[in-house]
Amino acid sequence: MKRRDLLAGAAGLIGGAVLAGAPNAAAGQQRVPSSTPPVLPPPIPDDPTKLQGAPTSQVGTRSTFVTPTRTPYGEVTGSSLTPLQDLTGTMTPADLHFERHHAGVPRIDPAKHTLLIHGLVKRPLVFSVADVQRLPQVTRTYFVECSGNGRAAYRDPKPDMTPQKVAGLTGNSEWTGVPLRVLLAEAGVEASASWFLAEGGDACVMTRSIPLEKAMDDALVVWAQNGEPLRPEQGFPLRLLLPGWEGNTNVKWLRRLELGTRPWATRWETSKYTDPLPDGTARQYSFDMDAKSIITSPAFPRTIVKGWWPVTGLAWSGRGAIRRVEVSTDNGHSWHDAELHGTPLAKAHVRFTHQWKWDGTESVLLSRATDDTGYVQPTRAALIKVRGIGTDFHFNQIVGWRVAADGHLFFHGES
Amino acid sequence: MPNSYSAAARSTWVRRPHRRGVTAAIGSSLLLATTALTVASCAGRDTPARYELGRAATPQEIAALDIDAAPDGHGLPPGHGSVAEGAALFQQKCQQCHGANGEGMAPAFPALVGRDPKGEGFAFAKDPKINKTIGNYWPEAVTVFDYVRRAMPHTAPGSLSNDEVYALTAHLLAANKVIAADATLDSASLVRVKMPYHDRFVKDNRRGGSELK
Ligand code: HEC
Repeated sequence: MKRRDLLAGAAGLIGGAVLAGAPNAAAGQQRVPSSTPPVLPPPIPDDPTKLQGAPTSQVGTRSTFVTPTRTPYGEVTGSSLTPLQDLTGTMTPADLHFERHHAGVPRIDPAKHTLLIHGLVKRPLVFSVADVQRLPQVTRTYFVECSGNGRAAYRDPKPDMTPQKVAGLTGNSEWTGVPLRVLLAEAGVEASASWFLAEGGDACVMTRSIPLEKAMDDALVVWAQNGEPLRPEQGFPLRLLLPGWEGNTNVKWLRRLELGTRPWATRWETSKYTDPLPDGTARQYSFDMDAKSIITSPAFPRTIVKGWWPVTGLAWSGRGAIRRVEVSTDNGHSWHDAELHGTPLAKAHVRFTHQWKWDGTESVLLSRATDDTGYVQPTRAALIKVRGIGTDFHFNQIVGWRVAADGHLFFHGES
Repeated sequence: MPNSYSAAARSTWVRRPHRRGVTAAIGSSLLLATTALTVASCAGRDTPARYELGRAATPQEIAALDIDAAPDGHGLPPGHGSVAEGAALFQQKCQQCHGANGEGMAPAFPALVGRDPKGEGFAFAKDPKINKTIGNYWPEAVTVFDYVRRAMPHTAPGSLSNDEVYALTAHLLAANKVIAADATLDSASLVRVKMPYHDRFVKDNRRGGSELK
């Protein structure tokens, strides 16, 4: 289905000639016209207390008044962003968690899927999904953020950007799986091993090199997200989960782990996911996601009226827990400690709120996160100074919203 | 660090008592008793070194999946291909998406060829508009081989023979002025190719803490 959209999109962008030339991947995937008419929701009664309600159902649906959507973009290698402005709390509903993939979402039969562990191990092993699920399991809450998150807002901030557009390549979930070190102990890691290659079972057989320390620290191989099996676009049936590290390293549809003595320099750690810097170098294997925050409400395209408003958003750090989030309502002249909802977890989103009374004058709302390593989220100018405007990944500059005197909000990217 | 894991993995089903510090100080017979007690008192909470799950992988199974090639040549298969052969293959199998000269078709299909003069000098951080290509950015030649073998052509990934992948790699490197136009590549010669900007790549030098880098 994705591939159909993908090719349809490509046709729109580059003309049908290319598609005629390209082998026909879309054939056989055309939408079959449905013979059953769409079921319309029943009308909303004036007084719901005077009418029996709907019966029970097999699968719940959102209220017809609540219609958050991702933003599918990209005809060939896709991304689709989390609607941050529509969410509250810290958990991202799995069906709204952003997706990013380099060769579409594969359809995988979990009964046939296997995970091979080989290379510098004593016993090369093949695990079925069922085998993996018999190992001791843990459940942990972590964010996953694409390291390209925020590129447009960094390079070219525009007033009409929404929270989704500014920072929607992040999501926070409860993941269930097995610690990678437990899985590796089954195979017996050789003393000489220091890196491993993680490979996905999608159509680009995506690969990343990971230092073995991460496997022995907090890496997981997960099969469940927010209480149910992973969604296909999140890696069903198995996914590598590297807490706090750039999204691309959290290899989805995980099918192979090879242990070795040095990184492999795959395409996704050379051509992509490297950071050109102003001194003429490019940073490689830059895994940690730096501390970051964004106000998700109120935000463009909303309008507010005078009076009290919760200024609320999300903060996270790939290096630990968020210690503090400050909110400014006067473009950074003064800062107030925002209230954190619950104790912040390491490498997870935390929700913050600052209750604010708008007096009807033009204002700029900003948020600034500090993590427990002492790192303070930088301004855009400070980040551009050390990374350059053309750097390609890892964007964690302070962002915010300008409130015009008429109550309209606009993205404010120039912190 | 990995040593401790191998040591643990060596002895199967060694039951590790919960409180290592305490048990280390007491005699071995006592340790056995403690262990037995631990097992009896909280059955299911003991931690074996291995759970004996998964089955042995056969060499054939490994060979079928183990397609990665690294810059040191590890994993490069036998075979060879010339720039000329690669150029012909490119016209057949690649140009419809990447353009006849590998110039790409924005935004979906990346440029593969081009030594954008603005890019020479590695000025990417200063100007986001400079196209990154194999010639002016990629640090390792083997990456071209590994990626094309696993992922291209986009509509038939994994369909190329090793000779074809060597030939296409040779064509792409020659078109990017990295190797000679009459070159032939095999595993030995591919490993020897040094990319123009190889030395610009540095491992992550952020150190954590409060520093902005
Ligand atoms: C149907 C379209 C299509 C065809 C045909 C095709 N490619 Fe690609 N190619 C793509 C797309 C799309 C990408 C980007 C994938 C991504 O973003 O992960 C790509 C990426 C690449 C890259 C990596 C570029 C970079 O900057 O990282 C190389 C190298 C490449 N292709 C080589 C080839 C070769 C060689 C062939 C012929 C054997 C080929 N391609 C055929 C669509 C195609």
